[in-house]
Amino acid sequence: MTDTAGLAMEAADLGRRFGRARLSPAWALRGCAFQLPAGRVCAVVGHNGAGKSTLLALAAGLLVPTEGTIRVLGTDPASARARVGFVSQEKPLYPQLTIAETLRMGADLNPDHWDAATGERIVADGDLDPKSRIRALSGGQRTRVALALALAKRPDLLLLDEPMADLDPLARHELMGVLMSQAAQHGTTIVMSSHVVAELEGSCDHLLLIGAGRVRLSGEIDDVLTAHARLSGPAGTPLAPHTVIESRTTGRQLTALVRKSGPLPTDLHPATPSLEELVLGYLRNPGTSVTTTSPSEKAAA
Amino acid sequence: MVEYRIDRRSGVSTYVQIVQQTKQALRLGLLEPGDRLPTAREVVEATAINPNTVLKAYRELEREGLVEARRGLGTFVRRSLGTAPAAESPLRDELDAWAGRAREAGLDRDDMAALFTAVLEKHFQGDLT
Repeated sequence: MTDTAGLAMEAADLGRRFGRARLSPAWALRGCAFQLPAGRVCAVVGHNGAGKSTLLALAAGLLVPTEGTIRVLGTDPASARARVGFVSQEKPLYPQLTIAETLRMGADLNPDHWDAATGERIVADGDLDPKSRIRALSGGQRTRVALALALAKRPDLLLLDEPMADLDPLARHELMGVLMSQAAQHGTTIVMSSHVVAELEGSCDHLLLIGAGRVRLSGEIDDVLTAHARLSGPAGTPLAPHTVIESRTTGRQLTALVRKSGPLPTDLHPATPSLEELVLGYLRNPGTSVTTTSPSEKAAA
Repeated sequence: MVEYRIDRRSGVSTYVQIVQQTKQALRLGLLEPGDRLPTAREVVEATAINPNTVLKAYRELEREGLVEARRGLGTFVRRSLGTAPAAESPLRDELDAWAGRAREAGLDRDDMAALFTAVLEKHFQGDLT
């Protein structure tokens, strides 16, 4: 049995359906099973409508599973709520409040574990006036306030749905640095979804790839990458026994992305794919089977 | 104090870049025995990379005997690295002569770089990848 004490998130046969069952039931997620060890920074990637936001809302306790279970920080999402920070795509804030009032509200709602200095610093780094009203802020500025609110709560698990989408490149880099420093200092587990895989590559160490409502890949990014190889060689080279994720023949040249089983022929110039190459390979080929790498036992930071 | 620059497009994994840049700083004398490396938090705040990556690089440097972690204090340089072969070293002369012969044989700059990289890869296959 796996030790469940060190898990930040664990799903078993998790499913969520929207709409009434007899009128074309739409499963946003179905049969999802994965484990996320505590202390990781996990990337959640997948197509639009793959179920990423549904998964995060289930973990935050804002949605209830239709079937199966999800456990968060060793308990159910509702009981874990005080220790979980969630920033949804819409970044809901009260438009009539000022930034200072918003942060004060956060302090009142989280009396035992409010880190006012962190919240104020994140706002100040964006050159925002605490007296500005939320309604007057741009999308990116609102994101900054939402992140300040979530981080000042000093959560054990931080769930971020497309957190960087509204931000300019400079603010992205800076706020990603703030998130990473939070993880380094407090061992916060961070789960974030994004469409920009290249942006997640250096920052995340764990991957959850969702396709058509199911988990298609889950595991430590290093393990997942080294389990695959990018090959190139003469057309017609047999690729068995490796599992072909994607292959293309251009003239006399064959290029392929495979999941390794056994040693690779060196004449195919095997190379480890980048995270982006791997994710795109899987997303372009929705038919390939579900593969899960079990989390390796690594000391938490 | 060393400051790391992470190039995400280089194809070299991030932790290897940190290991290499630390060694480079040791070779150039920018880091000396007793100097403290930046904390994981300082590195990730500036670079937005994953903290576990920094710790992995520091463990690798520790394994090679270059640095040591002192609990609660940080990671410190234990020894410096020999400097790179100077301009007049025999190794450089040999490489210089090789480049001359390659050029006479009709290779251009890119051909030579590709050949040199291929030989390097053959010698260091399996290292640090």
